[in-house]
Amino acid sequence: MRHLLSSADLEPDDVTAILDLAEEMADVQHRSIKKLPALRGRTVVNLFFEDSTRTRSSFEIAGKWLSADVINISAKGSSVSKGESLRDTVLTVAAMGVDALVIRHMTSGAPQQVTGWIDAHVVNAGDGTHEHPTQALLDAFTLRRHFGGDTGSFANRRIAIVGDITHSRVARSNVLLLKKLGALPVLVAPPTLMPSGVDSWDCEVSADLDAVLGGVDAVMMLRVQRERMSGGYFPTPREYTIGYGLTRDRLTALKPGTAICHPGPMNRGLEISADAADAANSLVLDQVTAGVAVRMSVLYQLLGGEDES
Amino acid sequence: MTELLITGVRLVPGPGDAAGALASGTQDILIADGRYADPSQASADATRIDADGLLALPGLIDLHTHLREPGREDAETVESGTLAAARGGFAAVMAMANTDPVTDTAEAAEHIRALGRKHGSAQVYPIGAVSKGLAGQELAELGLMARSGVTMFSDDGHCVSDSRLMRRALEYVRAFGGVIAQHAQDPRLAGSDACCHEGEVSGRLGLPGWPSAAEATVIARDAELTKLTRSRLHVCHVSTAESVDVLRWAKKRAIDITAEVTPHHLLLTTALLEGYDPTFKVNPPLRPDEDVAAVREALADGTIDVVATDHAPHARHDKEHAFGDAAPGMVGLETALGVVIETMINTGALDWDGLVDRTSFGPGRIARLQDGLGLPPVLGAAANLTVIDPQRRTVVDRDSSASLSRNNPWHGLELPDPVMATVAGGEVTYSRL
Repeated sequence: MRHLLSSADLEPDDVTAILDLAEEMADVQHRSIKKLPALRGRTVVNLFFEDSTRTRSSFEIAGKWLSADVINISAKGSSVSKGESLRDTVLTVAAMGVDALVIRHMTSGAPQQVTGWIDAHVVNAGDGTHEHPTQALLDAFTLRRHFGGDTGSFANRRIAIVGDITHSRVARSNVLLLKKLGALPVLVAPPTLMPSGVDSWDCEVSADLDAVLGGVDAVMMLRVQRERMSGGYFPTPREYTIGYGLTRDRLTALKPGTAICHPGPMNRGLEISADAADAANSLVLDQVTAGVAVRMSVLYQLLGGEDES
Repeated sequence: MTELLITGVRLVPGPGDAAGALASGTQDILIADGRYADPSQASADATRIDADGLLALPGLIDLHTHLREPGREDAETVESGTLAAARGGFAAVMAMANTDPVTDTAEAAEHIRALGRKHGSAQVYPIGAVSKGLAGQELAELGLMARSGVTMFSDDGHCVSDSRLMRRALEYVRAFGGVIAQHAQDPRLAGSDACCHEGEVSGRLGLPGWPSAAEATVIARDAELTKLTRSRLHVCHVSTAESVDVLRWAKKRAIDITAEVTPHHLLLTTALLEGYDPTFKVNPPLRPDEDVAAVREALADGTIDVVATDHAPHARHDKEHAFGDAAPGMVGLETALGVVIETMINTGALDWDGLVDRTSFGPGRIARLQDGLGLPPVLGAAANLTVIDPQRRTVVDRDSSASLSRNNPWHGLELPDPVMATVAGGEVTYSRL
């Protein structure tokens, strides 16, 4: 694997390999000394053009536990406003001698563009409203455990993804990955938050959460961004919660054992109730834990096999 | 007396029977002191160009060029832009108003014209802004610009979205026969972040969508305003099937509305955005196949009147941002005729007379140009002529361009490379004969 830009680049065998290795990495997390020498001497730069506490920390810990040198660069704000092109910013960082760049950017496609300019490995840590492949992998890791162990356990599992699909990179990466694993994603959102062309995504689409909820094996609630609340996508937060929130009442409609996921940060009381977030079958914290193991696995897959030269 | 004798060329004088026009067919064409003259009177020391097997067309006119001077001389100048125009076969270009400073006064327009006279390898006609500073708030000094010779007004790059301002602009220019060229883009439906045709690709790539309706609704509104004001409207860079339908409806009602299509909307499609290469970012965006088919059909049947390049050079660093942040626009002067031949002549959609109408007569009519532009060659008139080899092809190389910019979406494509010589205002501005 040269880069990780999109879930679409991963074949089912790649996913299995990443998740299996992540299981081994997860064991490290439970040791008192959490350091492996695997990437000693490698340099990983987290180049974040957009604020992110959890994804950046997760990549940072993952790199450090593998003994890589991890440097965080915050390049917040548009490169246009700073007068430096994205290409120049990236070439400057790469010129310092970097083995992998982990890029978060507020504009779709930026990590893919970067691969055309530099030799280092590139990991997409979330680009605009496009993709967030390590989030989909950590979701798959978490759900695989929940479903019983191997990648085959995804076959024909119905998984609802609920909320702002239009602007969600998490949703795009998850749909692509879940379909590769044989699961059946069901997208649920008001039509204003459904991406154009969603009919060609080859998955079920619904505007009625209640009609979907009783027949799924997992439900992923997406965060409603502040700017959408005033953006005219739905009338009021209250109406959104009543229509599309995982409320206490809706918990009773779930089949027993239905997994509850959320990529965080959660708006408790808006898209997810406290009862749902803290329910016994909520996997929200497992997702965070899985994030480190999965990112260790991804960094190892990209950098681990390379010869010293 | 300077004399240029083009021998053995097949003249396509264009549709219609203008009085005194040279006949169509193979002949020698004499240009003496910049004007068409009787070739039998050519002197022995006339410069001779052997054009055996080539076609001569009335000089091309581009209604929509961004020359970037003044303000962004690193991206293009009048000198480099008109050199590219001459290589593309254009005898004249209309320079869009969105320079810095904006062409929103008679003085600014006169400056553009002077730059054109001094440095131009094509005749340069300034387009005046509709609103002061392109801000869409108050009318620019349209009348004073008209007195200095400006015939076309546009806020291109921005839509005149305020209905009342648009109405006043249309109404006001009626006094002097001006035309408002509208960049049709409802900013509430397709804001400044919109950069990909709204459809399957935009949804999948996560790029802000630019729906067809944002163009068609503005054209429909403006058609009604044109009818109300009994004025004249030109629609820039029509890109969708929906817009074509609205234009057909408006023309059927005898509203005085004309429209242009760019070469890139005749050939390139949304699929090119898959790699997030900002070279393919343009406004309005590249559209799907069905829209390309619709604008070709409309250009063939006259619903779309003309081809205009929207040549939009950008410095390299303004294109090397993330796709959503990069400047929209692509160069197009040098490849325009090749693309029109490929999409319209080689497909049988237009004949040569039709091509002359869409690339020379049509633009001349819309902009009401003088100086022998957009007319069939007539003895005694100023010569504006494009000599072409319609069979010649090449693989486009962005680095061989006369433009200062390299944002060339045609790079690496094999296209007709027809232009052999260009005569603008009686001067040979380009020749490889």
